[in-house]
Amino acid sequence: MKLLTGNDLASGDVIWWTGKGWSRHIGEAVDVGDEGDAILAREEQARRVNVAYIVDAEQTDSGPLPNHIKERIRASGPTVRTDLAINADIPIVRA
Amino acid sequence: MVDLLNFREGETIGETPVSIEEFLGASNATAVRIAPGEDARALLPHLDRIALVEVAFPAFGDGRGYSSARILREAGYRGELRASGDVLVDQLFAMRRCGFDSFAPDKALDPAAVEATLSRYADVYQKSVDGRRPIWAKRHEVN
Amino acid sequence: MYLYDSYDQAMVDARVEEFRDQARRRLAGELTEDQFKPLRLMNGLYLQLHAYMLRVAVPYGTLSSRKMRMLAHIARKYDRGYGHFTTRQNIQYNWIKLEDAPDILADLATVEMHAIQTSGNCIRNISSDQYAGVAADEITDPRPWAELLRQWSSFHPEFTYLPRKFKICVIASANDRAAMRLHDIGLELVERDGRIGARVFAGGGMGRTPMVAPEIRDFVEEDELVSYLEACLRVYNRYGRRDNKFKARIKILVHELGVEEYRRQVEEEFAHMRQLGIQPPTEELDRIRAYFAPPVYETGLPEEVDRSDPDFALWLDRNVLPHKQPGYAIVNISLKPVGGIPGDASADQIDLMADLAERHSLDQLRVTHAQNIVLPYVKKADLYTIWQQLDAAGLGTANLDRISDMIACPGLDYCSLANARSIPVAQKIARRFAGNGKEEAIGELKLKISGCINACGHHHAGHIGILGVDRKGTENYQLLLGGSGAEDCSLGAITGPGFTEDGVVDAIERATDLYLAQRQEGERFLDTYRRLGMAPFKEAIYG
Repeated sequence: MKLLTGNDLASGDVIWWTGKGWSRHIGEAVDVGDEGDAILAREEQARRVNVAYIVDAEQTDSGPLPNHIKERIRASGPTVRTDLAINADIPIVRA
Repeated sequence: MVDLLNFREGETIGETPVSIEEFLGASNATAVRIAPGEDARALLPHLDRIALVEVAFPAFGDGRGYSSARILREAGYRGELRASGDVLVDQLFAMRRCGFDSFAPDKALDPAAVEATLSRYADVYQKSVDGRRPIWAKRHEVN
Repeated sequence: MYLYDSYDQAMVDARVEEFRDQARRRLAGELTEDQFKPLRLMNGLYLQLHAYMLRVAVPYGTLSSRKMRMLAHIARKYDRGYGHFTTRQNIQYNWIKLEDAPDILADLATVEMHAIQTSGNCIRNISSDQYAGVAADEITDPRPWAELLRQWSSFHPEFTYLPRKFKICVIASANDRAAMRLHDIGLELVERDGRIGARVFAGGGMGRTPMVAPEIRDFVEEDELVSYLEACLRVYNRYGRRDNKFKARIKILVHELGVEEYRRQVEEEFAHMRQLGIQPPTEELDRIRAYFAPPVYETGLPEEVDRSDPDFALWLDRNVLPHKQPGYAIVNISLKPVGGIPGDASADQIDLMADLAERHSLDQLRVTHAQNIVLPYVKKADLYTIWQQLDAAGLGTANLDRISDMIACPGLDYCSLANARSIPVAQKIARRFAGNGKEEAIGELKLKISGCINACGHHHAGHIGILGVDRKGTENYQLLLGGSGAEDCSLGAITGPGFTEDGVVDAIERATDLYLAQRQEGERFLDTYRRLGMAPFKEAIYG
């Protein structure tokens, strides 16, 4: 599946496309299929997201999980400060 | 092309600039254009017959044109020195300090923003070619 | 330390308002991200993995208690209660909001601080020796020169869009504590015929093509240094490569032209520059120097320190260094607690260090390139009370220059450029070696970890270096041996195939075991490596 992510322009928060808007929680992210580029162009133009891009992911029992470790860390928060994590349950290193 | 931004005493030069190569050839042009990779010093023997040097900024992040401009002013060039291309309002202050006195930006600049950026810094740390007295000189001024 | 006059204050105040306007235009959509990016970077604002990151300049690593307290205030009010001290002697905050950034810069300006040119393709914060002013081996205090260069490089009209970033370091001792020769330009102040001038090195750096800077001039007079540097920069600005970001640093220009040719071009430009009257008069350096005059030291202070508390005695031996003034000592506060995050300090810890400096160190602190804090003016009689308070706050780790006192970049936990995490590796190494006698047995060992080829963690300059790479989507760690950022500057060599996170810790243990078995009297790990060469280490590591 393909997810859209970027940062909130004003706050800098990592955000994910939910189909209706943007969420800080990857669990609410949806597969954008082939629509990614069109949504990105529109949302960046409206400044609802900054430096946005498409991420490859897979659907798991616990929700969407990005293929690349960098995106998994973005979705979870720093692994060395789990007290600051937004979603510390995301598996960073795959079994 | 949008209107020229002019900081000169008189009018800007209307002549279309030619490349350095053309200029140094048989041309009797008085307006010449410098690309980022070209050596401004090639013009130094001919400064007295040049009325306009246009320094091209194809991308605002390529800063070679700042050196080109200062080199020409340091050599005593008094004619029009124009920055053209990807010239943004936030670059104007440094460009003015390097001796540019006219601007041909790809996209029109907001006059209020131009005024704000050029009047923001009351003083400067370095001596350059714009005649401003640097802070270090003011600090040690004999009263 | 240096205090702003009305000119300096007006410059930073104007910059705050300029950035406030730029941020407003970005939020309003008048600037695209491409246009805004270089503007925010020149004010130290990055977009990182989780949020915006703000890097605040600590010029030549020198802080007052008041400035230090402001750093704590910013951590509390605008961030998540902590900051990260960097290898450039700066501090960065990981959770900044763009909409807050102008207010943060305004707060900083109230204590004569800023984030100007802490990123971007411009001249960055001038770094220096963390013991400047108190080191017995310096010929002069390098900080007045660094301040002169700070002002010269701030808002420089010609050098704001260089091919790439540009780092300058000034030291004044033959013992290099600031990795001077790994800078774009390194200046070593030296004395000749009773005059002080600068020996100039150009084209050093780390990154993907590490190079030790060659000397390009053996002496530049004090009253010509700005003109000379302006010549160095102009040649670089005009001829540095702009076709490839990875070849754009001055080290590549110097390497491709050759030292002789670069030197010739600089000399030609210098001959021109010295005619232009761009050099501040010597009165200006003298004016700045007055701010760095040695303090009025107390005399007749006791030299004896009660060592009856063994934990204190260990800290004394590890972290406290001799001062040039009798009765005083230099205290190093380690920001490398075992299992902690190298270089991080909480707002409360920052406040405590500010309080200790105010009470016991003439109000002064320093940031080191090894990501620690220094109290430079401590009376020996005060050491025990300082240690007790540091220890109670988790700042009493006795490990200066030991294996657990490692440099580590933020890595993939925070940085959008990283390929692998650095901090978890640092934590595992510290846990493996500290508290069981191994670290003590090994002695001085400078270990440096980077999470990508950009080498913010100085892995090329570590006695042992670790480079995190991405191998088919998993983190992998290459091991390097034999680097040094000191006066015996050298670049580390890769041992061979990379390791997993646990594997690299094992490999380091095998390498240090070999060292312990093979070392001769007085040899550090680095010395043994240099004597034996790579082969036996490779054998020990890979078997």
